[in-house]
Amino acid sequence: MENILSVLIFFPLVAAMLGFVVKKDSIRVYGITVAGIEFLLTLWLWFAFDTANGGFQFIEFVPLVSDFGINYYLGVDGISLFIVVMAALMTLVGIVALGENIRDLKNMIITLLFLEVAMIGVFVSLDAIVFYLFWEFSLVPMLYIIGAWGGEKRLYAAVKFFLYTFAGSLIMLVGMLYIAYVYQSVAGVWSFSLTDWYALVLPISVQKWLFWAFFLGFAIKVPMFPFHTWLPYAHGQAPTVGSVILAAVLLKMGTYGFVRFSLPLFPDASVTYILPVAVISIIMIIYTAMVAYAQKDMKQVIAYSSISHMGVIMLGVFAMNPEGITGSVFFMLSHGIVSGALFLLVGVIYDRRHTKMMSEFGGLASVMPKYAVIFGIMLMASVGLPLTMGFVGEYLSLAGFFKVSPILTLLGGFSIILGAVYMLSLYKKSFFGPVTNEENKKLKDLTGRELTALVPLVAIVIWLGIYPKPVLVPIDNSVKALVAFMEQKAQTPEAKKIIHVSRSTKEAK
Amino acid sequence: MLQPIHVSLASLNLITLSPMLVIIGGALLILIIDLIKKDLHKSLYVMLSVLVLFVDFGATLSLGINERGFFDVMLIDGVSVVSQLLILIASMLFIPLALTSKRFHEFSYPEFFGLFLFMVAGFQFMVASDNLILIFVGLETASLALYTLIAMHNTPGSHEAAIKYFTMGAMAAGFFVMGAAVLYGLTGAVELYDIAKVFQARMSEPGISIPLIGGALLLMVAIGFKVSLMPFHLWTPDVYEGSSAPMAGYMSIVPKLAMMVVAMRILGLYVDMGVEAVRWMIIVLAVVTMTLSNMMALVQEDVKRMLAYSSISHAGFVMAALALDTTKAYTSIFLYYGLFLFTNLGAFTMLWISRRKHPSHHDRYHHPYVKFSGLIHTAPMGAVIMAIFMLSLTGVPPFSLFWGKLYVISATVDAGYIWLAVVMGLNSAIAAYYYLKLIVYMFLKPPVQGVELIGANKSKPLVVIVGIAALFTTLSVFIIQPLLSYLTYMVSVSGY
Repeated sequence: MENILSVLIFFPLVAAMLGFVVKKDSIRVYGITVAGIEFLLTLWLWFAFDTANGGFQFIEFVPLVSDFGINYYLGVDGISLFIVVMAALMTLVGIVALGENIRDLKNMIITLLFLEVAMIGVFVSLDAIVFYLFWEFSLVPMLYIIGAWGGEKRLYAAVKFFLYTFAGSLIMLVGMLYIAYVYQSVAGVWSFSLTDWYALVLPISVQKWLFWAFFLGFAIKVPMFPFHTWLPYAHGQAPTVGSVILAAVLLKMGTYGFVRFSLPLFPDASVTYILPVAVISIIMIIYTAMVAYAQKDMKQVIAYSSISHMGVIMLGVFAMNPEGITGSVFFMLSHGIVSGALFLLVGVIYDRRHTKMMSEFGGLASVMPKYAVIFGIMLMASVGLPLTMGFVGEYLSLAGFFKVSPILTLLGGFSIILGAVYMLSLYKKSFFGPVTNEENKKLKDLTGRELTALVPLVAIVIWLGIYPKPVLVPIDNSVKALVAFMEQKAQTPEAKKIIHVSRSTKEAK
Repeated sequence: MLQPIHVSLASLNLITLSPMLVIIGGALLILIIDLIKKDLHKSLYVMLSVLVLFVDFGATLSLGINERGFFDVMLIDGVSVVSQLLILIASMLFIPLALTSKRFHEFSYPEFFGLFLFMVAGFQFMVASDNLILIFVGLETASLALYTLIAMHNTPGSHEAAIKYFTMGAMAAGFFVMGAAVLYGLTGAVELYDIAKVFQARMSEPGISIPLIGGALLLMVAIGFKVSLMPFHLWTPDVYEGSSAPMAGYMSIVPKLAMMVVAMRILGLYVDMGVEAVRWMIIVLAVVTMTLSNMMALVQEDVKRMLAYSSISHAGFVMAALALDTTKAYTSIFLYYGLFLFTNLGAFTMLWISRRKHPSHHDRYHHPYVKFSGLIHTAPMGAVIMAIFMLSLTGVPPFSLFWGKLYVISATVDAGYIWLAVVMGLNSAIAAYYYLKLIVYMFLKPPVQGVELIGANKSKPLVVIVGIAALFTTLSVFIIQPLLSYLTYMVSVSGY
């Protein structure tokens, strides 16, 4: 199936439209089936993928607006492959875990399927305008999810989410149009194809402002300090499934954008701005970790911890070497699965008690043992305990950045220490000690449906924590190709020095 | 003794007049039918008007490009053909909106349709000439008919709107005449190509720049009024509020497009000659217009007023392209209006569908935001379609206006005005707020109990028009390529 990427995009789209016809009482099964098939299709993509090849595969190319160089141009490489699989997995898990008492289930499932279209589309587009199309379109279903099923301040949160991202991405669009213009003046034809743009060597002064134009678009999505203020609102107000998708997939669009656009298009500018970006990332890591510790609401703790970990991913991306970038891509996956699972777990307790305040809980471990075990594993993975998936990515990201600056890496390492502080204190306050609140004594442990959603995630977290190779190798191949390409393309000696493909593995043998 | 003038019929090239002759003939036909037999139903007149417009469309399509006719006052270049086609499409979509289920009495008069067709002829004359006098005649024909059409809505608001539009319009017409007089005084010509020739020769004269720019300034006031640029926009929201929703939608497209073409011809001449002051005048007006009108739109309570400010902002957005003087920029103006036409007319038609005889949710406004609360529960399809129009106006891909914005911003970037492109981008982001506000009301707020009825004025023709607009808005990605190559060809053969 050579056109599997189109199938991946259009299958949920068609399914979402047909979903309007399905009766309300059968929609849950419909949603699970569709998301399941989509997930199986992504697995098929994985197995059909040639892991030894670091370049783009399953390429599709259909001209859309040929006079203006806009093409329906898709392709997947090791960097995007697993994010696509993860996006499909998290959508499936999110739909499986949807509570019984949710309003307008049909609308929710259809919206989620539309969102899935946008998410998959973003990660497989190789045309800047098609990328932008899916990128912007993803805002609409998320706006609806937060706005329709959210908490008290849901309208404020939804609109803030939309406006922040929209404003940033319009600046990015101007940047894209400028690159296309430069390409046109060099090559004589219009093109928005990324692979064409990669061939373009931009003057350093131009790279510098383009870097910031793209930075604004991506950084708001990540979200980087000081543009992060929309995220706690969005998470605080969003329903469980909204938070799961937001944390697991939508935030990754930002970091993926850095890897796919900023680094290869502006290698010199990226090297020049390592320091400011790293400082912002470290502020993000330490500041939001401290804020997380101060929260009383479980969901807010996880929301802030999620921002804090995105800081480590950013450090890994801007390490500019294969270890760092591979690590950050892997960390995107583990962050997606772990924070998604944590939001699901908070959702579980919220469904039962309709509160997320830690002060309301205590001693949950004795009432809900299975819940406590799964929460514990995910929490450890979030902190970055070895033998969990969280460790691999975090370690590699920081190890990559260590080559750039040991001191900044040390500061970045606070992520692990502070992460342990706020996560363990959350666990202590909610799960250990005597059951102080009468209402908590009657709480039911995880139901079959919730276990179905969570156990696979636990399995993945442990499997890839112990044996990450099947995922790490394809990522690494593509990242090496990317870094080698950047090294070749870099103009300044400083950039050449920072960007290099490590040869140490060979020397050690 | 006066010598008799010999003019051969062939030299008149009367075919260039054929579109206008068709439509004027059609208008007279409608009036004659009314003379012969009274009390015919409006549906007859609606369909006759559509047919006349259709024939006119065909006549326009078959015109040869780059021809002059009728003592060289008619200029049929690519720009005039394209703009006439757009005007006719908008008019064909507008006229069926008279077939509402509620009775609005202006449509029962055949004069309404006669006047309407005369007005379209006026707009066609405006865009199909580079003779300042004929442009003025076209402008006044169209405007006087339009004032009357607004007044015929016959509510207190519509009378106010018509008077307001009339007085302000008369002033703008005065400015146009003064500007034209200055140009005539400087060059002794009323034809733009002659004016350009003389200007080129006199450019180096000392002191010429003051009357030159002064003339541009006077014309700019007239253009600014019709296109509703800030600070000449004051009439716009009130007039839109007073007129019926489809009329407001029509006004947000056709008169503006026609005047935009005139501006292209007149101001384009200045920009082309390298008069930087005029270029900057356009840019400043465009930036001020899109920014301030966005701010004003944020605080509106009424959707129609919001759309009025939004259409001012869109006009400012497009106006910026006028300062760039590239083929791509001029093409982008038509692409933008071609896409804007369907989306905006669709949005105004949705308001028209929800119209009642008397305001139901507010003392003054017919379409306050709150009227649309919870529309998703009462009329899901309507809510989805309105949301598509709003997202398109916001510029969210893949809806149509995104491609227009993309192309305008791209033209701006190409011309080297990156700061202007950034301003345009940020303005689109500000605008997102007020469009989203309507979506929030429709999808995320509960319906107002007791008065949730929304499709009061719904009828099959209105639904068909909305359907066409929605389809076009959603699937535009597939027609951008042919549209773009056609427009680029037409604009570049005209020498822009």
